[in-house]
Amino acid sequence: MSDMVERTLTALPGLFLPNQLGGPAASRAPFFSRLGGLIRGVTALSSKHEEEKLIQQELSSLKATVSAPTTTLKMMKECMVRLIYCEMLGYDASFGYIHAIKLAQQGNLLEKRVGYLAVSLFLHESHELLLLLVNTVVKDLQSTNLVEVCMALTVVSQIFPREMIPAVLPLIEDKLQHSKEIIRRKAVLALYKFYLIAPNQVQHIHTKFRKALCDRDVGVMAASLHIYLRMIKENSSGYKDLTESFVAILKQVVGGKLPFEFSYHSVPAPWLQIQLLRILGLLGKDDQRTSELMYDVLDESLRRAELNHNVTYAILFECVHTIYSIYPKSELLEKAVKCIGKFVLSPKINLKYLGLKALTYVIQQDPSLALQHQITIIECLDHPDPIIKRETLELLYRITNAQNVVVIVQKMLEYLHQSKEEYIIINLVGKIAELAEKYAPDNVWFIQTMNAVFSVGGDVMHPDILSNFLRLLAEGFDDEVEDQQLRLYAVQSYLTLLDMENTFYPQRFLQVMSWVLGEYSYLLDEESPEEIITRLYKLLMSDFVSSETKAWLIAAVTKLMPQAHSSHIVEKLIQEFTVSLNTCLRQHAFELKHLGENVELMKSLLQGTQNGEDIVADASLSFLDGFVAEGLSQGAAPYKPHHQRQEEQLSQEKVLNFEPYGLSFSSSGFTGRQSPAGISLDSDISGNSAETGLKETSSLKLEGIKKLWGKEGYLPKKESGTGDKMEALHVPAEGATMENVEQATARKDQAQGLTQSTEEKEKQLLASSLFVGLGPENTINLLGKADVVSHKFRRKSKFKVAQSDKTPRAPNHTSSTLSTLSHVAGVDDVALNTLGGGETELSSELLGSEPVSDSELPSVEKLSSISLPAPSLFADNNMEVFHPPSSSATSTVQEINLASLLEETHECKHSSLVEVCSDENLSVSSYKIWKDDGLLMIWSVTTKTDSELTDVQLEISPVENFKIIEQPGSCLPVMEPESTKSFQYGVQMESPSVEGTLSGFINYQILDSHSLQLEFSMNLSLLDFIRPLKISTEDFGKLWLSFANDVKQTIKLSEPRVALASVLMELQQKLRLHVIDVVGNEGLLACKLLPSTPCVLHCRVHADAVALWFRSSCSVLSDYLSCHCQKTLTEETKMSTERKFGVVVVGVGRAGSVRIRDLRGPHSSAFLNLVGFVSRRELGSLDEVRQIPLEDALCSQEIDVAYICSESSSHEDYIRQFLQAGKHVLVEYPMALSSSAAQDLWELAAQKGKVLHEEHVELLMEEFAFLKKEVTGKELLKGSLHFTASPLEEDKFGFPAFSGISRLTWLVSLFGELSLISATLEHRKEDRYLKMTVQLETQDKGLLSWIEERGPGFKRNRYLNFQFKSGSLENVPSAGVNKNIFLKDQDIFVQKLLGQVSAEDLDAEKKRILHCLGLADNIRKLCRPEE
Amino acid sequence: MIKFFLMVNKQGQTRLSKYYEHVEINKRALLETDVIKSCLSRSSEQCSFIEYKDFKLIYRQYAALFIVVGVNETEVRRQKSLRRCKTLFSNEMAIYEFIHNFVEVLDEYFSRVSELDVSFSVPFLMVCGKAHSGPDQIMFNLDKVHIILDEMVLNGCIVETNRTRVLAPLLILDKMSES
Repeated sequence: MSDMVERTLTALPGLFLPNQLGGPAASRAPFFSRLGGLIRGVTALSSKHEEEKLIQQELSSLKATVSAPTTTLKMMKECMVRLIYCEMLGYDASFGYIHAIKLAQQGNLLEKRVGYLAVSLFLHESHELLLLLVNTVVKDLQSTNLVEVCMALTVVSQIFPREMIPAVLPLIEDKLQHSKEIIRRKAVLALYKFYLIAPNQVQHIHTKFRKALCDRDVGVMAASLHIYLRMIKENSSGYKDLTESFVAILKQVVGGKLPFEFSYHSVPAPWLQIQLLRILGLLGKDDQRTSELMYDVLDESLRRAELNHNVTYAILFECVHTIYSIYPKSELLEKAVKCIGKFVLSPKINLKYLGLKALTYVIQQDPSLALQHQITIIECLDHPDPIIKRETLELLYRITNAQNVVVIVQKMLEYLHQSKEEYIIINLVGKIAELAEKYAPDNVWFIQTMNAVFSVGGDVMHPDILSNFLRLLAEGFDDEVEDQQLRLYAVQSYLTLLDMENTFYPQRFLQVMSWVLGEYSYLLDEESPEEIITRLYKLLMSDFVSSETKAWLIAAVTKLMPQAHSSHIVEKLIQEFTVSLNTCLRQHAFELKHLGENVELMKSLLQGTQNGEDIVADASLSFLDGFVAEGLSQGAAPYKPHHQRQEEQLSQEKVLNFEPYGLSFSSSGFTGRQSPAGISLDSDISGNSAETGLKETSSLKLEGIKKLWGKEGYLPKKESGTGDKMEALHVPAEGATMENVEQATARKDQAQGLTQSTEEKEKQLLASSLFVGLGPENTINLLGKADVVSHKFRRKSKFKVAQSDKTPRAPNHTSSTLSTLSHVAGVDDVALNTLGGGETELSSELLGSEPVSDSELPSVEKLSSISLPAPSLFADNNMEVFHPPSSSATSTVQEINLASLLEETHECKHSSLVEVCSDENLSVSSYKIWKDDGLLMIWSVTTKTDSELTDVQLEISPVENFKIIEQPGSCLPVMEPESTKSFQYGVQMESPSVEGTLSGFINYQILDSHSLQLEFSMNLSLLDFIRPLKISTEDFGKLWLSFANDVKQTIKLSEPRVALASVLMELQQKLRLHVIDVVGNEGLLACKLLPSTPCVLHCRVHADAVALWFRSSCSVLSDYLSCHCQKTLTEETKMSTERKFGVVVVGVGRAGSVRIRDLRGPHSSAFLNLVGFVSRRELGSLDEVRQIPLEDALCSQEIDVAYICSESSSHEDYIRQFLQAGKHVLVEYPMALSSSAAQDLWELAAQKGKVLHEEHVELLMEEFAFLKKEVTGKELLKGSLHFTASPLEEDKFGFPAFSGISRLTWLVSLFGELSLISATLEHRKEDRYLKMTVQLETQDKGLLSWIEERGPGFKRNRYLNFQFKSGSLENVPSAGVNKNIFLKDQDIFVQKLLGQVSAEDLDAEKKRILHCLGLADNIRKLCRPEE
Repeated sequence: MIKFFLMVNKQGQTRLSKYYEHVEINKRALLETDVIKSCLSRSSEQCSFIEYKDFKLIYRQYAALFIVVGVNETEVRRQKSLRRCKTLFSNEMAIYEFIHNFVEVLDEYFSRVSELDVSFSVPFLMVCGKAHSGPDQIMFNLDKVHIILDEMVLNGCIVETNRTRVLAPLLILDKMSES
């Protein structure tokens, strides 16, 4: 029966294929498989459209077949292959995925294999269906059929869900001991996969990797190399001991000791050689001793690879790379260079490419090598193959210096103009900008080159280029006259460019121009500012200019305004943009307008730069204090500290852009400075000192501190001191180089004979200009220090200026910090030395103990002469066994006697001993020692049994943020019964974080049983890495000024503390801060994050609050520390909680979840306390919030408030129940689905004296605020609000007038009470389409139409159009993201709870809500009179 | 690291594609068109390595069939000031020869199998030399080619190049399904 079906199905496409396609290929199909027919069909087609038709047909027939119950596995296999083919062509075949998994489950061998294959092709790593495969894999891994085991291993190493690794790991580990090489090999590869996706999970098998490396079979060994390459790449120092093994293997391979079948075109295992060479290169890098081990074998590799075959070149290439990566040996280098010569001079283009690539790498170490091949390089520069050209440019980029920069950049620009590929443009433009900045010979060249960069790189290039360039112009160099010339030239050049008709420049370029023109066009004599403004205005009015660029342009105009005499155009501009819909532009325009009205202010603000003076800014913003105090006294919200805002931002997807100029170089680190745009709107600055309106401490003289806005903090450190020296070194070298080049050219001349065509002479000329400055004399300068070479544009050292200046300025950040720190370090050193001394003694004791030997030496097997007939799948190929050094498998033990250590450290603070894990044989305890220079973690292991433990090994897993130092992977060969041993690890925090967990495990064996493992983990806090920083008050002042990142926080204390002392005491004890000075009610503290990131803190007690002000070189450090301070200082406060309202959230849909999140979040009101949630589903608990049955919630004393977040239709019922039960209610809109019900509920609430609050977040949106502002005071003629969205279920959310009540609320809130004129409803149930059209009238007879339109695929959108007497308003500008509107709504609710909202307001709100619901009711009656 | 392995014919139709990193299905088609376009634009005097976006393409042509391997050895490491990617070293020639090795393996398999089964008939390399209909025959056994490739490349690494070992599992499968 099934046979028949199969035959019919097979015949099916045969029936329609030829008919519909008529292709001759298809008619021959029966001869081939079904797939064959399909492929031929597709091949014969000419258009994509036909292909799509055919494949869709095929897919639908496949869909029918795979889901038919009669389909046999054999057919299924066939279908799978066709599905693979269809999906390969880009058509979705996801309906077949599940069948692929089934096939892998049920099929016989070949079918199973195809099933697995399909799975590996169809699914990706995180596909949910993948989980269904796990059981099959487990089963197959345990199969007695080796072929099945093989397949399972293959699929595991291709694709496997990470979280299921533990399910198969033991099975795979077992396979490492399998007798067949193929199984072992595949097991190793599967482990490699695990290592890639979850390195922690395979940590314990590292020793087994070593065994695989020593496997008697080449294949298994080769497979293990993949793991080693990866591990060594990540951390080469851990595997140095294996160098000899790798060398030995390579020696055998090169020496032809492998079976012949491993050869490829008579070259022994070329890819294996390459892999080994790569590993050696990584191991030998910067390590002379390790490198020495490999010199011989590298030499031999070079020698042996003589055969003229491509693959030997691949080996040679790798060899050269390795030789140049490791610690150099001149003899080898010479040979490698010769080898490169062979490549470069080869007529074969592929080899030439490799040669260039090798050369590019090699000349970074030795630039003079370029000289040897200069003619070839020049030829390649004009090679017809763009790829070769590109590689040559890459090479030239590496040898660029001040003398050849012009030629090289010119060549790069030529290439740039030809290329269209975005990647290449970005790459090249970046390189050109870098070279131009570093080596520009003069102003004109520099500006022109940068012009090219901007006009070609335009909007694709990296934004740093732009900011670097502007900074360069702004900050200037050593020579003021030169600076002005550069700026002047830039201005002139841009004006010329702008005068050209019909040329369009990229936005970024226009931004550069507008900034430069705004800043520096006063340098021009011939053109008046009015003319410049006219040009800028013209740009402003053109269509191709983006609004971002427009903001730059307006900023430029603003800067030019004070210089202009008549401002006719400016006025026009103001008129134009004060009504702009773009809020940012509008803001600029208004600023411009206000500045124009106050000439004095404008001049004082904007003319600073032109007199060559730096703008000074009052970083502390003390002048705002009065304003802030006034604001606060009037009930304004206090300033939110930086980290709090950050947290809020994190919870939002998008963030409002507070930087309208788009000029800020990087947001953090800019606090307290003016941005180069001249007038700053940086949010970090505004309102910074708001806190509680405190005055700055006079004792610190922080008031009115002058700060330069472009200071050394941004300059590359190298340049400040070394610049002069480098130049001195460089000058004498130049002459010599020139000679050298001439000599080289001369030699070349002779070699080439006397007859030279003019073309060749040109090449010679080019060569001398390209390779100038590359002689061996220059090598010292160039070697590895490309960045330090003399710069044309050396920025002036402002450090000196600061020193000579009398006014207290910010000193050079780095140097001052360093000096103070080293001073401190000096003190610490003494303590350290004493401690260190103790340790040396200990370790010398250790040396006496026995060296540990690897117990598992590879067993040597005799060469077996037995070979199986082909196909020899499971035959073992034997190879000579090499012996790894005996100590290779175990690292040296570090064992410290606990008692002595505790004695040692009695002066250091340490935590108490805590048991972290234990079993019946041993227990592990741990404690922290807070040494002055680091954190020491001690794990002490105590045995509990009478028998001895062997191979005790403690390993700490690497974690992000932390660095483990001192002996990772300690091991004790034997542990006596009832003894205690300790392991110690130093821990460093690499980047600041609030907390982290350190986990690890301990392995041991008892009485030859299995190895046992115990896992443990420890929490580490930032505070473990904080140490007091003992500095003087003066140093504090210096540090304070040098840091830009400040974080302020005010912490309310539960009870006013009498003195500052108690606060300081707490900070000193709990956070290890050093108290430097106390003046009145202010204190100065300092600490450092190990090893040396300082943070300074100013703290001031003020009534019942303490104001903390942190500054640090590391912004996150300040944030985190302030978090900890808050925690410490409020710990007690928390105990005595004020009156709190217990909240229950009813319904945990989207709105409910947001409410829960907000209630649990840090910014929730202090008066609310989430007790639990009510849901009709059985959920147990969600994120630690417990579920409460409705009945319990209603009668619980704990609960005072209910948030109703269920679907709309159930609101009324819930509200009634909770009000009846005497609870306050917050409900999502609409509160009820009829106005009479709402009326009832209000009455009930009033009767019970409870708050009933209907959420209206739409009134808290930015857009509404905007609209309200726009609409106020205008007279409406007519208007419309059209809303579209996807369908809603009416029985849950109510009639559209109710589900859309928020739109109605908008209209009512904007225009007052409305009366209903008409309402119609168009409803097509089958399409789920619905359109409600409502006509409304305002009290002033303005017409409003409100349309709600919903249907599948409709995007959520709001279209607005209001016609006023005085103009019209179309659509609301997207005001960005509405932040925390639910939280704001909750705040309003809390105010109501606390009785802080006036009765009038409450009444008005109630009236509005009832009015809206009443309208909605009437609308429904008009639309559905029958109800 | 090998990121993808493609066999595309001159008309731009994909004959085999294997990705070693997840790429969405619609992006694959785009990438494949681009890749074959850039291969077709090259002449035999130009080198067999192309830069394409952040990939390096290594291709070899057998009659009307292109085999293209995409490798990506750049690690984008955002450094503080400079816009530089750290370029790891890739050995294009090793990949170039690997392609040939793969073709030789196919050749051996299909010529060996042809003795058992007429439908396979002509060895791959010979076919390639003759007419462009040839590679199709290989493609009719799409699954087999994939199985072979799975033996040779895993997770973007070349894991086996020994012809006998590559073919062993497949030959066993063939033998078993026969009996």
